[in-house]
Amino acid sequence: MNFAVLQFPGSNGDQDCVHVLANALGQTSRLLWHKERSLGDADAIIVPGGFSYGDYLRTGAIARFSPVMQAVQNFAAQGGLVLGICNGFQILCEAGLLPGALVRNRSLQFRCETIFLKTANYQTPFTEKIAKRKLLRIPIAHGEGCYFAGEETLAELKSRRQILWRYVNAEGEANPEANPNGSLDNIAGVCNQAGNVAGLMPHPERASEAILGSDDGRWIFESMIQALQQRAAAKVA
Amino acid sequence: MKAKITITPKKAVVDPQGKTVQRALEQMGYQGIGAVHVGKYLEIELTGDRAAAGSQLNDACLKILSNPVIEDFHVEIVD
Repeated sequence: MNFAVLQFPGSNGDQDCVHVLANALGQTSRLLWHKERSLGDADAIIVPGGFSYGDYLRTGAIARFSPVMQAVQNFAAQGGLVLGICNGFQILCEAGLLPGALVRNRSLQFRCETIFLKTANYQTPFTEKIAKRKLLRIPIAHGEGCYFAGEETLAELKSRRQILWRYVNAEGEANPEANPNGSLDNIAGVCNQAGNVAGLMPHPERASEAILGSDDGRWIFESMIQALQQRAAAKVA
Repeated sequence: MKAKITITPKKAVVDPQGKTVQRALEQMGYQGIGAVHVGKYLEIELTGDRAAAGSQLNDACLKILSNPVIEDFHVEIVD
């Protein structure tokens, strides 16, 4: 499958994503500069982490108006798979492709550590290959990852099963101690209503090879690959 | 002519910066400190029609200068 990884001034997770998709997962992956207006033959888009535009104004606020983001809006509207990681999650929220917003960590600290994620919905293109009840050990590195949504939005997220991952402890419990940034309801990642756009603050691309201490993150990419293969097969049939 | 734009966190959003500043003020002995809210202030120099500038900046606040999910804004245009 062809993955395009967006690259903004200030992206820093872009090369890791390209590397993991190509070398750990055997896919075609390439960088796509923010000034591009076409996504080419991309089957899926990764919006990587970093500090696009220096986080000026608000995280993700300026990046969402990049030319490439207009193409991503159209791609998402047509059902294309889009995954935002860390700053990519912030950009997708700013762009209105995902509900809610990410604000300053409640502790005011930049948190850089490995956390546990519990998957809340296994029936999405981003989670279907994750083993049931498996907790994912994945690193976080952010100062503004506190997920916020209004009461109405939060109720909708729950009823439509749009919450994909929560921060939990090693026993799988979502409590305040396991919440590294003060996110509402321990939310680490969500998807849109249609289920084709998702974002999360943790970095699955930094935990996709055993040599790095955990390869749990690859299950998120593997899920996307499987979903894309199923779509391709359905098209042929 | 210029616009003075104030952007503040919505009341429902936890504002840890405001809380931290509030605690610091209290620790320094300042009296009667209530809740503190830390926001942003922008000054934009303008030319042209005042009313048009106002509605244009309102639009800009909704689209980019603020995030309506988490922030409120106020636009004031002065000479």
